[in-house]
Amino acid sequence: MSPRSWSLRLGLVLSLGFVALALLALWWTPFDTAQLAVAERLQGPGARHWLGTDQLGRDVLSLLMRGAATSLGVALVAVAVGAGLGVPLGLWAAARGGWVDELIMRANDVVFAFPSLLLAILITTWLGPGALNAILAIAVFNIPVFARIVRGGALGLWTREFILAARVAGKGRLRISAEHVLPNLAGLLLVQLSIQLSLGLLAETGLSYLGLGTQPPLPSWGRMLADAQTLTALAPSLALFPGLAVMLAVLGFNLLGDGLRDRLDPRLQGQQGAVR
Amino acid sequence: MNQQTALLSIEQLQVCIAGRPLIHGLDLQLRAGQILGLVGESGSGKSLTALSILGLLPRGAQRAGRILLDGEDLLTKSERALNAIRGRDIGMVFQEPMTALNPLIPIGEQVAEVLRLHGGLARRAALARAAELLERVGLPAARFGLERYPHQLSGGQRQRVAIAIAIALKPRLLIADEPTTALDVSTQAQILELLRRLVREEGCALLLVTHDLAVVAELADRVAVLREGGVVEEGAAQSVLSHPREAYTQGLLQHSRLPRQAPRYGDRSDGADAAPLLEVRELVREYRLGGGLFAKPTGLRAVDGVSLTVRPGETVGLVGESGCGKSTLLRAILGLDAPQGGEIRLQGQVYTGREPALRRRVQIVFQDPYGSFDPRWRVWQLVAEPLHLLGRMPDPAECRRRVGALLEQVGLRAADAERFAHEFSGGQRQRIAIARALITEPALIVLDEAVSALDVSIRAQILALLARLARERGIAYLFVSHDLAVVRAITERVYVMAQGRIVESGATQEVFEAPQHPYTARLLAATPDLERALAARALPQPLVDLAEA
Repeated sequence: MSPRSWSLRLGLVLSLGFVALALLALWWTPFDTAQLAVAERLQGPGARHWLGTDQLGRDVLSLLMRGAATSLGVALVAVAVGAGLGVPLGLWAAARGGWVDELIMRANDVVFAFPSLLLAILITTWLGPGALNAILAIAVFNIPVFARIVRGGALGLWTREFILAARVAGKGRLRISAEHVLPNLAGLLLVQLSIQLSLGLLAETGLSYLGLGTQPPLPSWGRMLADAQTLTALAPSLALFPGLAVMLAVLGFNLLGDGLRDRLDPRLQGQQGAVR
Repeated sequence: MNQQTALLSIEQLQVCIAGRPLIHGLDLQLRAGQILGLVGESGSGKSLTALSILGLLPRGAQRAGRILLDGEDLLTKSERALNAIRGRDIGMVFQEPMTALNPLIPIGEQVAEVLRLHGGLARRAALARAAELLERVGLPAARFGLERYPHQLSGGQRQRVAIAIAIALKPRLLIADEPTTALDVSTQAQILELLRRLVREEGCALLLVTHDLAVVAELADRVAVLREGGVVEEGAAQSVLSHPREAYTQGLLQHSRLPRQAPRYGDRSDGADAAPLLEVRELVREYRLGGGLFAKPTGLRAVDGVSLTVRPGETVGLVGESGCGKSTLLRAILGLDAPQGGEIRLQGQVYTGREPALRRRVQIVFQDPYGSFDPRWRVWQLVAEPLHLLGRMPDPAECRRRVGALLEQVGLRAADAERFAHEFSGGQRQRIAIARALITEPALIVLDEAVSALDVSIRAQILALLARLARERGIAYLFVSHDLAVVRAITERVYVMAQGRIVESGATQEVFEAPQHPYTARLLAATPDLERALAARALPQPLVDLAEA
């Protein structure tokens, strides 16, 4: 097995594993995360609590699972909203050109000009902290990413002869964008989606860590890390497990993205076809 | 010719890629000072042969046999040893001048780089030598500074830079793979002349890989005809091209020799007096260049007051070199871009591209048989796409039925409708493109370099198909091409376009035999012509004799 398909498989296993864990957590966790058991607090990993308990006696594994649901959920919805707005904007900019293109892309530049975390802090301090506002913040800085990448790909396609042929067939820009441009950008989009998902996950963790994202009692990886920070001397495993979870999930989505890109890009496919 | 005197000697070369044998038992020899034309159709293995010599075959390719350069076997050399040989002993010129140069490095640096890497020259000395080399290939430093970037040069000028790099270290062997295929005819003539001069002056050998027999006839001393990875026929250019022994070579020559006059399709007594089908009057189309939020754009008049007519059932040619405005003109005729001035009438009605009923009367076949189909659609969807112009798209079953019937008319099978475009060869794809153009029953089909990317034998088939369709359906063609030989063979009238204007027009026969405008005359003189080259060869050629001695 080539290293490339190996990384794609690992990426698939990791990201699907976390998604499965998160879905499971919506119905079932080993322990109730809302139930405090102060008597059992700060236990190390053991037979009863596999990953130990936190300062309030909650089961770390259960917290991680619920946290996965929150973090993945926020990232997924945010990226979906960002792509849902960014993709049509990019398609429209490429199809219309002229001042529409100029307006959309300059507006994107303005959003891009703010560091994404700063933008997120701005939004959450303005609207108040919470999962919904984290989604909004992450979605906003996803819009220009998708708009830009779709516009770039679409501009290349609009000069291709099969698009000209569709225009000669009397089809309008909207129809051509939907029938020819978008399907031919699907591979590109799939890759970008998985990469943005990993970035969204990181952003959600960062916002929650700062106290700007998910609010207690809802568990999230960022909150777990923030809580564990003061207790590192007492219980180092409390920071270790959510940290590992973030790392593995981000790694998983990144590997998935890279693997998909290699799989879908004909230029990278079967290197023996390329002249050295 | 024996092995001692051969500079390059290929013996029993075999190349396998992914288990498929692509070259089997190829033998070739080339002496110093000689030009060997390696000709063949696509898939014959001519480019693979050139790449084998350089050790540049795709990864995973398996080779056997021997390639001797001055007695040393290149196939046994390590990558490191080959790196030293490439550039120093063997120079290479590729087809595509747009991508052969690094866009980020000034041309002087690019030539100097070879000299510094292989020649061990210091930067200053290398740049001075680069200036000399660029001057030799016709880019004097006074007009084309060393600090210019590739994008500031034309295609022909870039190819000159590529040649300067290839000859920088005075290689003993120069390999040129379709060096002029991407260039206009007048640029092609200059590049061929440059190659000829360099071989004469440097005494190196030139392996010229090309599909164009006329180019070989003008340049090569010897010719090797390749087919399916083997040499079909090899010998002195004069004898192979004038008296080919093999049936395959004869066929290739026959397809390359196009008729010098177009046949008239059927009886068209209404011809000259008929109301024009397409009438373009004083068309103007400008592009805004540069500009932006703060910069003022400058205008480029790509089409500058062009008028032309096409009558029903007529085949009209439009020739011109790249950048002359013919593509812009076509886009306007197809209603893709609105003109800034003048008007287009179709069957007497003003046409802006917004009238579906008129639009379906004009369809197009593009040059590139690979780029003109959406790779994700099936053939029946692709061919049926223009039915959109009829207002209501017929249901899929009806589409399939109509497409199947059309595919059979253009020489494919109805069952091909379910396949994807990439499953077909270049010639078959052009047939699909023609089917797509026919489905709205147009009165005019614009053929935009429609046979330029095809092998000569396939080109002959497509031209025959077009002729049959014209006869049977009375379709008019506007045939746009830079290939004057094809235009001469199939069009009745021709327009010559240069710098956005029509400089000459008239009956094809008259324009080609007695061009009135100097531009037309130049274009005709620059076009490689098999007959003319062979006639010229019949004269004594002291240079060739010298090389043979």
